[in-house]
Amino acid sequence: MREPLIFEKSRPERKGCSLPECDVDQESLEKLIPKKYLRQGTLGLPHVSEPDVVRHFTRLSQQNMGVDTNFYPLGSCTMKYNPKVNEDIANLPGFTRVHPYQAEAVVQGTLQIIYEMDKLLCELSGMDRVSLQPAAGAHGELTSLMMIKAYYEDKKEERDTVLIPDSAHGTNPASSHLCGFRTVVVKSNKDGGIDLEDLKGKMSERVAALMLTIPNTLGLFERNILEVSRIIHDRGGFLYLDGANLNALLGIVKPSDLGIDIMHFNLHKTFSTPHGGGGPGSGPLGVKEKLAAYLPVPTVEKDKKGYYFDHDRARSIGKVRSFYGNIEVIIKAYCYLRFLGREGLKKVSQNAVLNANYLMSKLKRYFYLPYDQPCMHEFVLSAEDQKMKDVRTLDIAKRLLDFGFHPPTIYFPLIVKEALMIEPTETESKETLDEFVSSMIQIKKEIEEDPSLLKEAPHNLSIGRLDEVKAAKELKLRWEEKKSGD
Amino acid sequence: MNPYIPNTEEDQEEMLKEIGAKSIEDLFASIPQNLRLKTDLNLPSSLSEMELVNELKGLSRKNAHLDEYVSFLGAGSYDHFVPSLVDHLSSRPEFYTSYTPYQAEASQGMLQATYEYQSLICKLFKMDVCNASLYEGATALAEAAVLAHNVNHGSKVLVAKTVHPEYRQVLTTYIKKTLGLSMIEIDCENGVTDLTKLEEKIDKDTSCVVIQNPNFFGCLEKVSEIEEITHQTDSLYIVSVDPISLGLLVPPGEYNVDIAVAEGQALGCKLNFGGPYLGIFTAKKEFLRKIPGRIVGETSDKKGRRGFALTLQTREQHIRREKATSNICTNHALNALRAAIYLSTLGEEGLAKVAALCLQKSHYAAKRIYQIPGFEPAFKRAFFKEFAVRCPVSPGKINKLLWDNKILGGFDLGRFYPELKNSLLFSVTEKRTREEIDKLTLLLEDIR
Repeated sequence: MREPLIFEKSRPERKGCSLPECDVDQESLEKLIPKKYLRQGTLGLPHVSEPDVVRHFTRLSQQNMGVDTNFYPLGSCTMKYNPKVNEDIANLPGFTRVHPYQAEAVVQGTLQIIYEMDKLLCELSGMDRVSLQPAAGAHGELTSLMMIKAYYEDKKEERDTVLIPDSAHGTNPASSHLCGFRTVVVKSNKDGGIDLEDLKGKMSERVAALMLTIPNTLGLFERNILEVSRIIHDRGGFLYLDGANLNALLGIVKPSDLGIDIMHFNLHKTFSTPHGGGGPGSGPLGVKEKLAAYLPVPTVEKDKKGYYFDHDRARSIGKVRSFYGNIEVIIKAYCYLRFLGREGLKKVSQNAVLNANYLMSKLKRYFYLPYDQPCMHEFVLSAEDQKMKDVRTLDIAKRLLDFGFHPPTIYFPLIVKEALMIEPTETESKETLDEFVSSMIQIKKEIEEDPSLLKEAPHNLSIGRLDEVKAAKELKLRWEEKKSGD
Repeated sequence: MNPYIPNTEEDQEEMLKEIGAKSIEDLFASIPQNLRLKTDLNLPSSLSEMELVNELKGLSRKNAHLDEYVSFLGAGSYDHFVPSLVDHLSSRPEFYTSYTPYQAEASQGMLQATYEYQSLICKLFKMDVCNASLYEGATALAEAAVLAHNVNHGSKVLVAKTVHPEYRQVLTTYIKKTLGLSMIEIDCENGVTDLTKLEEKIDKDTSCVVIQNPNFFGCLEKVSEIEEITHQTDSLYIVSVDPISLGLLVPPGEYNVDIAVAEGQALGCKLNFGGPYLGIFTAKKEFLRKIPGRIVGETSDKKGRRGFALTLQTREQHIRREKATSNICTNHALNALRAAIYLSTLGEEGLAKVAALCLQKSHYAAKRIYQIPGFEPAFKRAFFKEFAVRCPVSPGKINKLLWDNKILGGFDLGRFYPELKNSLLFSVTEKRTREEIDKLTLLLEDIR
């Protein structure tokens, strides 16, 4: 059954919250605030009882798939298990009930976590310094590009171009544009890596950076990375790593050894913090020494007296957000790193890669695998063969919902037609992977025998296939009271 | 064995056999041998869950927190009451362990909640459209200025000095250093934006005028007069508001604001030492196709049942790439969910009452403080829940005494405004009791 909107449950006089009576001497409103600044009329908020609110949002939650309820192999999103103990720890009052302007001396616990997290991420990546301020991966990208821009301005070099592979995440060109750079696309070669000839042709003294994702969005390691690095560095550019796919590399490779100068991490992907239905995440950025002076303020430093903020950094790009970062998310990721430690991290990547290869090996017998080579943490299938039956990738995705699986990422990367990008992560069992394979085989059979089953999917959810064209055309973006006569 | 990884050795062997590989190491063959790490990372050893909890509890005890101290500190982050429901409902794992709702049918809960969030905020702000959230208040303000520039291509941003200093710093990074626009700060007069100065600086190149209301000092700005001056040119009027204040104050939609943004932390989010918070972004509908971030729209399935989906995605980075209106991908959906639960729970009367309690209690506190010799209002202006006090001794000394008595004192304005070096900004929310306020004033009486 569909759940009404909270506004539709509203009845005058119901309320969901009790507040104390005013215990101080009261003045009339008009005496305190000039009448012209006082709000007239209602706020337009609903009148609902406490049980109404609880049932409403509980029912809504039941219409949502999450990692805790369903296998969620959304490629490039690393939907791994979110450890519960980390939720409990981050919810301790000593972390949540702390004001950002408390004196440094009385927030030493959180400052220590920020400081140590910087060191842990440096060790993992080979970077020299990490800022934990960016709120998300895209924010880390933007901040990094701002730093690169500031660096070349200092050096009085005019570099207005950023190179981005055609397989890159959309945030890369969007961040580059927002930072005022011109984006030039670099082609992929037939093996899914960077086309070196194309790269050489496009590299020049105008190029500030190449933004790379490793493994790339096909789930493939960039075999020619040292050559790529040489091409960029020989002409004075920076090599940027989009760390979205770091789950394949923990304890296996240090990005600095690949020639990476600057990168971001996604704590909400690799480091197990929940994605919250779209966020909050956290996108720390790491840099080699050359760029460290440009990091946003403040940094967290340590001396004899303890941990403190350094706001006074002459060449810093400045502030990129209020306060210091998505602290709650950072604490959860810190817990994850400390829990797994030296012994556990490498196993994460080993099993993530094992699970992906196992799934790929089983599924490629039934679906087309355009880049047929061992993958890292994810792989990309194509449903192009199924088009003959008039079945699209979207239909396969919707049919998977009926089998209780969240679909993979679809229609991405753009270089694969009818793409299905599958990332199982290390926290799924072989049994789950086998069930997913069985469902995909069943779907393949349905495509042959009764494609209408897919065209009409999903069948077993609280709602059928939604008309997204209508959503964009009719544009109802907020609830409105029905006017009398409607 | 790592409890987060189900694979047993037997599983691994079977899987390798299926793949046709001899060892897990073989799976990494595409990484040139010389690039692979030869030694273990230099990280601390793993911990058991018990050890982890003990260690982190120890760290949390190195922080002082507001269950132990009574807070009169605000300045952009506020100790408002959060009903129990907010934590309980937003902790439903179906919500918090889900991703961005790309697959609408699998994400109806989050989509409907976000649609309700957009609707609740539009009502409260009286604005036409609201997005599904941005990171926090300062970047929401910066995104608003970016939008204004994309609309009118103006080269100059005018910002009131009464806007939160950290927000102005973020604007400087985004607007001045990155986009190369000029940024001019408008002086204030007795705690609010100086209209004469604004009129002097505004011209045809002005892209937008940015103010905060109530402003950083807690004072109410002359919002209508500023609107008139702003709209004499093609510049956009951008206002950052305190959403709690809208339970009582005229909403931005009623004074012709083009883009209204806010820090939404006050709506049911934790203090969390500064994040994650909630960037609220609303605008007039004429700017709809240029606004940043996700937007949820209503639609239906074949049977005509109402449902919800992300919409207007052609503005976004995953479709438009470098032509997108913003680079936002991950937003703060869970904080928006908290705000939706908060606003639903408080409802019409609740939010109005929270706002009224803030107003009455802050005025009671101000009145008591100003009765103490040597303590004077820094500005004689109408205020909502924060007020600036000129003190007879240094703010550092006052806050030390208060802290020793389990009170977190006001914000030392001298940190950002040298001309206000002996002034403290006090914040009084609905949580403060008469007893706590009286204790504060008694301590201040003894200060000399």
